[in-house]
Amino acid sequence: MPALLGKPTMPSDDKRWRIVDATMRRNGYRQSALIETLHTLQETFGFLEEQGLRFVAQSLRIPVSMVYGVATFYNYFTLKPQGEHTCIVCTGTACYIKGAAALLSSIEGRFGINPGETTADMKLSVLTARCFGCCGLAPAAVIDRETAGKLTPSDIMDRLDRRISA
Amino acid sequence: MTPEELSKIASAQQETLKKYTHRIHVCVAAGCQSSDADKVKDALSAEVKAQGKEKCCLVKGVGCMGLCSAGPLVSVETGNILYQEVKPEDAKDIISSLDGEPVQRLICPTDIPFFSKQKKIVLENFGKIDPETIADYIAVGGYQALFQALTEMDPPEVINEVLKSGLRGRGGAGYPTGLKWSTVAKADSTRKYVVCNADEGDPGAFMDRSVLESDPHRVIEGMAIAAYATGADQGYIYVRAEYPLAIKRLKNAIKQAERQGLLGHNICNTTFNFNIEIRLGAGAFVCGEETALLASIEGKRGAPRPRPPFPAQSGLWGYPTLINNVETFANIPPILRNGGDWLAAIGTEKSKGTKVFALAGQVKNTGLIEVPMGIPLRQIIFEIGGGVPEGRKFKAVQTGGPSGGCIPEQHLDISTDYESLATVGSIMGSGGMIVMDETSDMVDVAKYFMEFCMSESCGKCTPCRAGTAQMHGLLDRICSGQAETRDLALLEELCDMVRNTSLCGLGQTAPNPVLSTLRYFREEYTMKLTDASAKAAAK
Ligand SMILES: Cc1cc2nc3c(=O)[nH]c(=O)nc-3n(C[C@H](O)[C@H](O)[C@H](O)COP(=O)(O)O)c2cc1C
Repeated sequence: MPALLGKPTMPSDDKRWRIVDATMRRNGYRQSALIETLHTLQETFGFLEEQGLRFVAQSLRIPVSMVYGVATFYNYFTLKPQGEHTCIVCTGTACYIKGAAALLSSIEGRFGINPGETTADMKLSVLTARCFGCCGLAPAAVIDRETAGKLTPSDIMDRLDRRISA
Repeated sequence: MTPEELSKIASAQQETLKKYTHRIHVCVAAGCQSSDADKVKDALSAEVKAQGKEKCCLVKGVGCMGLCSAGPLVSVETGNILYQEVKPEDAKDIISSLDGEPVQRLICPTDIPFFSKQKKIVLENFGKIDPETIADYIAVGGYQALFQALTEMDPPEVINEVLKSGLRGRGGAGYPTGLKWSTVAKADSTRKYVVCNADEGDPGAFMDRSVLESDPHRVIEGMAIAAYATGADQGYIYVRAEYPLAIKRLKNAIKQAERQGLLGHNICNTTFNFNIEIRLGAGAFVCGEETALLASIEGKRGAPRPRPPFPAQSGLWGYPTLINNVETFANIPPILRNGGDWLAAIGTEKSKGTKVFALAGQVKNTGLIEVPMGIPLRQIIFEIGGGVPEGRKFKAVQTGGPSGGCIPEQHLDISTDYESLATVGSIMGSGGMIVMDETSDMVDVAKYFMEFCMSESCGKCTPCRAGTAQMHGLLDRICSGQAETRDLALLEELCDMVRNTSLCGLGQTAPNPVLSTLRYFREEYTMKLTDASAKAAAK
């Protein structure tokens, strides 16, 4: 029982573990803090890697299997490292009606990747989202946290090219 | 804080605002922000400085002005002028024109039906107050309803006003809000919770997000009143992680309310205590379903469970829990301020008040609107929405997201209320309204929604997990011209089975988009079938 052994040690002296630990501490290491903690873990490390999941499981005294179960249940969490740049294409109804599929196929044509994949050189990851809620700007995408709307396939290519070559 | 202190803040802020002869409002909700509204705001502020007009001219970020397709929107309050598609370069002309003629090339007419046919209750402060400044909300009467409840009414009286108002839940199902509140109030328990459902999972819906971004204190006030009425002292707002701006504004609003003593201990010098915490969703549609949402707040996988027991009896960690939608809570402060009868006088017999819709798709004016219940659907699409652009023909309007249906032209004259929408095979839902024109393939639309339900099914019950996958497979075959008449019959059979045997609303309503497109656009299905008898029937 790790609980009897007190608090688990941080996996390494990487400072980011302290940020993750701070989230758990703020929530009194309660099991209900799991999703909050996974958010912090993903924000600080970019994705949920195994070592991190184990550390969280031990700290909150939850079986690793359950932590894994939660991490894979929610679409927002990713267990794979992401590329240097990310492009999230909205596939909500308004964007679907206004041509989100064309945006995705142009990305596939140019970079050879489908949603959920990353280019071999780790430059770009492409993801889809259910709906950003800016339907007035359909079709929309978020490129490196910046929202762009009323996109055509050539718009999105321009934006991606600019980012990647920058 | 005492009621006197509250009115002091209100009048001080009103005075401050009055000092400016020109007040310029820049929409900083997410829609306009993505078209660089922040830069427009900075450019306007810089220009005010450059022209030495800081004393008489205020530039302020405000919530959504509604007409998202024309953003970024800027209004000059003192002259009743609205500017559209403003760019940072326009700042100079706008500021220079303040004492003269408005800048003609940017003017957005405000006498068009898009503005005049609306009735604003939930959105009353949109475009007017700065969502990041609590004093702005207090200046327009904010938190008065809470104080009125705490000092002049006992909990049953509060619930009685909500009952009288006839308000029904805006999260989709339309359950009477007052009844839900009284169930929680009657539950005997040492601890109770109030939860705000801000998961807004329906694709094509952004009402709740706009409310949180534009007027977050209204939701906090509504939740506090609900907590007082039901006997809860802890609240949670479950908001989706895809809404970073809404989360930021909510966090800020909660902090401000705590600092002013509007949340916390002994609110308004009474024995009432109430705190709110934010919980982030993580991209699972099913977590909008109330029992799944509660599981998610507890840190678990968002799998629904059978009801009863309802959350009102046994919710978070087993305690009685009130769950309402963002827009439902946003209706509460005006109900207390004006009385339940006031809201009950608006709308139809069974659907009271107004409804906020997110109008999008193939329609000229896309954006956020609020209309009285009962308004004909046609008015929303053709007058407020301005109809289908580029001379194309209207085909259908989709309401209710993946649980709803497509309504064709011949039913556009129905009244927009819970019951009427149900009679034509759709639902009110949370308020997404997507217009489709003749270029939309309705079988593909049905497939789109089925794909959604299939991937969002949590997998707990078989009818939904396996049924949605089978239905999606059949729709795919129909779309790609590989299906026969018997496949269509199988699809209809599956619709019936999944609808009747699924555990939660997700599965129970997943067949709706198929059923409604079959009802109105059956020939689009049969035309795609390959066998001879189907071809003959299609003719
Ligand atoms: C699959 C599914 C998804 C739902 N998503 C939402 C949602 O995103 N937002 C919401 O307020 N209600 C949603 N609901 C409805 C909630 O279960 C619940 O009825 C609602 O939050 C109650 O609030 P109200 O009475 O104020 O409408 C959903 C229901 C189902 C079955």
